[in-house]
Amino acid sequence: MTTIEERPAGDGAHGFGRIHRKEDPRFIRGQGNFVDDVQLPGMLHGAILRSPFAHARIVSIDTSAAEAHPRVRAVITGATLETLSLAWMPTLSNDVQAVLATDKVRYQGQEVAFVVADDRYAARDALELIDVDYEPLDPVVDARTAMDEGAPVVRDDIEGKTDNHIFDWEAGDRAATDAVFTEADVVVTEDMLYPRVHPAPMETCGTVASMDKVTGKLTVWSTTQAPHAHRTLYALVAGLPEHQIRIISPDIGGGFGNKVGIYPGYVLAVVGSIVTGKPVKWVEDRSENLMSTSFARDYHMRGEIAATRDGKILGVRVRVLADHGAFNGTAQPTKFPAGFFHVFTGSYDLQAAHCEVTGVYTNKAPGGVAYACSFRITEAVYLIERMVDVLAYELEMDQAELRMKNLLRPEQFPYTCATGWEYDSGDYPATLSLAMDMAGYQELREEQRAKRERGELMGIGISFFTEAVGAGPRKHMDILGLGMADGAELRIHPTGKAVLRLSVQTQGQGHETTFAQIVAQELGIPTADVEVVHGDTDQTPFGLGTYGSRSTPVSGAAAAMVTRKVRDRAKIVAAAMLEVDPSDLEWGHGTWGVRGDPKNAKTIAEIAMAAHSNLELPEGVEGHLDATCVYNPPNLTFPFGAYICVVDVDPATGEVDVRRFIAVDDCGVRINPMIVEGQVHGGLAEGIGMALMQGIAFDEDGNCLGASFMDYLVPTALECPSWELGETVTPSPHHPFGAKGIGESATVGSPAAVVNAVMDALKPLGVRHADMPLTPAQVWRAAQGRPLRTDLAIS
Amino acid sequence: MQVPAHFGYDRATSIDHALRLLARHGDQARVIAGGHSLIPMMKLRLAEPEALIDINGIDELRGITVSGDELLIGALTRHADLLSSAVVGEHFPVLHDAERVIADPVVRNFGTVGGSLCQADPSEDLSAAFVALGATGVIRGAAGSRTVPLREFHLGPYETAVAPDELLVEVRVPIRPGGSSAYTKVERRAGDWAVAAAGAAVWLGPDGAITDAGIGLAAVGAEHFTAPEAEEFLRGRAGDDAALVEAGKIAAQHCDPQADQRGPADYKRHLAGELTTRALRRAVARASGQEA
Repeated sequence: MTTIEERPAGDGAHGFGRIHRKEDPRFIRGQGNFVDDVQLPGMLHGAILRSPFAHARIVSIDTSAAEAHPRVRAVITGATLETLSLAWMPTLSNDVQAVLATDKVRYQGQEVAFVVADDRYAARDALELIDVDYEPLDPVVDARTAMDEGAPVVRDDIEGKTDNHIFDWEAGDRAATDAVFTEADVVVTEDMLYPRVHPAPMETCGTVASMDKVTGKLTVWSTTQAPHAHRTLYALVAGLPEHQIRIISPDIGGGFGNKVGIYPGYVLAVVGSIVTGKPVKWVEDRSENLMSTSFARDYHMRGEIAATRDGKILGVRVRVLADHGAFNGTAQPTKFPAGFFHVFTGSYDLQAAHCEVTGVYTNKAPGGVAYACSFRITEAVYLIERMVDVLAYELEMDQAELRMKNLLRPEQFPYTCATGWEYDSGDYPATLSLAMDMAGYQELREEQRAKRERGELMGIGISFFTEAVGAGPRKHMDILGLGMADGAELRIHPTGKAVLRLSVQTQGQGHETTFAQIVAQELGIPTADVEVVHGDTDQTPFGLGTYGSRSTPVSGAAAAMVTRKVRDRAKIVAAAMLEVDPSDLEWGHGTWGVRGDPKNAKTIAEIAMAAHSNLELPEGVEGHLDATCVYNPPNLTFPFGAYICVVDVDPATGEVDVRRFIAVDDCGVRINPMIVEGQVHGGLAEGIGMALMQGIAFDEDGNCLGASFMDYLVPTALECPSWELGETVTPSPHHPFGAKGIGESATVGSPAAVVNAVMDALKPLGVRHADMPLTPAQVWRAAQGRPLRTDLAIS
Repeated sequence: MQVPAHFGYDRATSIDHALRLLARHGDQARVIAGGHSLIPMMKLRLAEPEALIDINGIDELRGITVSGDELLIGALTRHADLLSSAVVGEHFPVLHDAERVIADPVVRNFGTVGGSLCQADPSEDLSAAFVALGATGVIRGAAGSRTVPLREFHLGPYETAVAPDELLVEVRVPIRPGGSSAYTKVERRAGDWAVAAAGAAVWLGPDGAITDAGIGLAAVGAEHFTAPEAEEFLRGRAGDDAALVEAGKIAAQHCDPQADQRGPADYKRHLAGELTTRALRRAVARASGQEA
């Protein structure tokens, strides 16, 4: 399994290589089928009444006027759900979350009531007819005071709960780390916030639920990145028989982690269908999506870095205060309440490292998903890459030189880092060197020197990141007890055409193309001859879904392994056809032939027809070529990259212009380089968004200040330079064809490069750090030594 | 999807028809032109008008012409038309500067000049630009037309001199020789409302001295979008850089910015000064033929 076959660079039509996406024609022509496109006979529409308060006791709810509305079919409250034992549901972190509030509301935008009506307008009109009497309570807004004596208790629904503490967690060796810090020449400390941001996919979340009362079958069209996991959770929570639940995840307009969990609206659509006996559609609007669905980050971090005077980094120590909002809904493997944050040792050879993470409840929306980030690695990369720059600032060393001095060397792989991760492969110095060559690093530094003499602010920022993706090995990783292995099924029709069934679900990543290319590469048939089926639990094998860049590392491996099973079966059939022993056959790209007699060979199409014919097969071979497999990854894969960002800053206005962005990614073997580059482009844009403009702050009353696209900014083409991409290829030694996953690399690696560039520009003004987002106001205030707190309202 | 509350809809075919419809519905009706502010407010149910009076079919409200020593801009003129008009660019580069940074092409293709002024958002760019130019609004009601200087047009946030039964039909900008103008804006992202913005117009005498100056400020709490103290300071002065910097400082002193997520008040006040100076520099450079 660990052999890496040499493969010629192809055109994609018969395996790996650049080929247009199979998905594109239907999207370009407006023929996609998204949840909101689903129309069923007699379908009703739901709308959610949400709390205007961040923290308030519910005194009473009067739904009589709404129920009297002529087009309203049902009004559901927390009290209704209590009778069904559905008022609360489990979160992905083994906490519970209110489906509809019963005792009190705990964040602005929390679900309070659900109206089902004949159409959207009536449902929305009826929300205004519901009279809720609230008794406002003091909210917990500032995470830094959540654990103060006397702070209001957010989760008094939990028996005996008297504070807002969720968990304490640590990783690494505390004593060894302390020892390294005691001995070090230089110790530098920096406080930094990775602000609360939101994945903000183009398509908001929604569900169409249809309960057939005759058959008892529940069909749910839902914006989900993990249809199989959702099916099992519906079965466990609602007590519905799992074989009678079908989850369909049709075309999905972007996920980025936003569609991993189950939201109250999904459950309410199901309840609405059960109550009314009709299909019910619920699709949230943009403000609902931004206010109430899963946020990401919100990590208040104190980093410390220890080094020798000449720039050898010895150790890193981190203390994190994690704001998880009102319910602990973080999506990550069970063992890791802070996700994979402990990969903050980054790309460097450290003697010791240690982190402590404390999670707290606040009166904010729950979540804590990976926003295009493999379980908190974005926070980890930002922390270490900022700390390296902070160290360079104090040592007055060039940032590239300091990194080169400390990067892991190729001969150290596989490398076990100070917090226990085993990095699979890499040649980090080569990747950084390539990025520096592409950037013209020395010339940029000379230009910067000349500009600084004229009082102009120009900055060059570097980020070298290591990702840990492809969760994950079953013995270490599960979500709510479900192990993270993926199934795959490959059916070969008699004419040699193939149907691949997968558990992962595309949200724009191009799975229908990429996975067809894997089968084509492994079986030697045209990419066009492979149909990829996904996103329907009745049609596909079990698996944990698409997030954390896991599709290619896990399901991609499953696709390769199931194809190899087919290839092995084909060999036996070919041997029978050619009347030779299987051991006499050798594999050509798409044929089994007699060794030394290349004309005596059978194509996969010929073999497939024979396998379905009356050809006599060896004993124990029943016929057909179909195969199934489950792939349990032996380890994560560790993609990496070197990013360089060049900015110009207007000192009088604080405006930042990202002039250039050089991104060299190493994701191992690339299946479709065009799709890889597209994913990198998107991730880099997200990085610019987070670094310069995105963030959800809350005012003192707990009002969400990022509840529309007027307030929560998504970057446009005008903020993005023409990306300059490069690549190195270090195959993963344990993946069947050496791939590593790419979806999130750019989002993980780029924010630090942008922030490092802006801080580098401000260096002549004595600025070492300011928190994202680096809006013009924040840059101007940082230049004056008075940076803003970006998690609170600006005053 | 956000959906508005129930509303009625009438399509006006002429100015007089629109005025009759306004008289019929009273203050519960709203005029709709481009709709890029009103429709989102209706979808969020921040606005729930009983009726919309659609003026998009009234051709007499559209167009850009020069008449005598005035540029006449119909209220229904789209942002994109203002931006692509050569005669506008020739006389008033401040309007092209401003239009380039107003929202995005989709909004500019449908949003209108009159709609922007009547929405009266305190951050609105054209209001500041027209104020700098000393423009006048022509308002029609049942009793006929009246003109209001744009410096008296805005009564407060989202509040104008146009009565519920009246319609803004035209903006008139005086064309005066020897001048030029410019607009500068700081935004968090292309298409965002201004963190702060400044428009400036200057007229130079034969000796290069400033004979007259107009300054408009957006998003910084300047009364009527104006900076009269800074304008007064500049009149009769040589247009040297020290004077332009000082004018910026005066403009910053007299505005009243409020903190929000676009920035704290001290930053916005600083920007009011910096951007006023930058707009003045560019306007002076253009007026003296040093810059296009």
